[in-house]
Amino acid sequence: MSQKEWPLWEVFIRSKQGLDHKHVGSLHAADAEMAVQNARDVYTRRLEGVSIWVVESKHVHASNPDDAAAFYEPANDKIYRHPTFYTVPDSIKHM
Amino acid sequence: METAELTQEEQFQARIDADVRIEPKDWMPEAYRKTLIRQISQHAHSELVGMLPEGNWITRAPSLKRKSILLAKVQDEAGHGLYLYSAAETLGASRDQMLADLHSGKAKYSSIFNYPTLSWADMGTIGWLVDGAAILNQVPLCRTSYGPYARAMVRVCKEESFHQRQGFEIMQTLCEGAPAQKQMAQEALNRWWWPTLMMFGPKDADSPNTEQSMKWRIKRFTNDELRQKFVDMMVPQAEFLGLTVPDDKLKWNETKQGYDFGDVDWAEFWDVVKGNGPCSRERLQARVQAHEDGAWVREAALAHAEKRRQRAETVAA
Repeated sequence: MSQKEWPLWEVFIRSKQGLDHKHVGSLHAADAEMAVQNARDVYTRRLEGVSIWVVESKHVHASNPDDAAAFYEPANDKIYRHPTFYTVPDSIKHM
Repeated sequence: METAELTQEEQFQARIDADVRIEPKDWMPEAYRKTLIRQISQHAHSELVGMLPEGNWITRAPSLKRKSILLAKVQDEAGHGLYLYSAAETLGASRDQMLADLHSGKAKYSSIFNYPTLSWADMGTIGWLVDGAAILNQVPLCRTSYGPYARAMVRVCKEESFHQRQGFEIMQTLCEGAPAQKQMAQEALNRWWWPTLMMFGPKDADSPNTEQSMKWRIKRFTNDELRQKFVDMMVPQAEFLGLTVPDDKLKWNETKQGYDFGDVDWAEFWDVVKGNGPCSRERLQARVQAHEDGAWVREAALAHAEKRRQRAETVAA
């Protein structure tokens, strides 16, 4: 008897038209079709979704949290990217 | 910088203290990981085994409405188990290993499911009392320090509230029915009250893991705190139903603004934990058999997926 586990899939659900797909969890399934069906049963029993994406977990590449400080550093000192960096005279409207 | 002088473990604790959630790829102490895997998988096992006492009544539900509701509830429990197993897997636990530990008896699950469901009123009592206790345990877990566990618990809690309400409705219907029906409800409460109080775990003094789990913010309240909350919450509901809580020491305490209540039979608790509950063997057997009976399906699905993959490759080539 085979001892092999079904592959792991990450599940993303669009809760309604106009919103993006959001990660909700994972599940095991033999193939993509079964993963979508299982995702429907596990994650949308109460109409939580109108669209489902599944991605085999092994295909997800992630940034490393240990490198977060250095990795996001370039954005750290550029406060001029935010509108609040600029002062606008009180008399100026619609800006 | 100050953080440079902190050890990895101290930095970890500082994040916990600042209520920053821990995510799967973050550094964490091995003991934190192990504690979480144990707790989350036990929780998942409880959901899975928890389907059995109620499954017992699906074919005998008193109406089509009750049957549909019970089916939906049992299906939710399967779902809760799956959310939780998937949270445990983010810590590096394998699904097959967790199931193997359940089936070999190495892993524990909530002792409450080792009690039999003798009458339809037990379905009401399980929803009202047992799920009521589960909710008290679970609501604080929505803020537990490990992100995937907290997120799974948010989904569980949303669904659990339907479970409790349908149970209360069953009890209310029985209590407003014929004397024999009310009697059935009272007997179910008598059977389940004490085992439900045991669900919160041993007394704080006998719960060596509590302190560390509180420090790591895995747990947010102690066992005794939750047990007290439960009694304070449930006694008025039992009174509303016209039922008597089977505890002659139960008494309102004006100074503490809560109920005093009798002591749980801890010998019974530990005995059930050790696997000697009235239905322990039966539950585990049912689980193992379901798993073994499904082995060919799991294998066939893999073989089918592999065949389709190869065929797709041939067509592409």
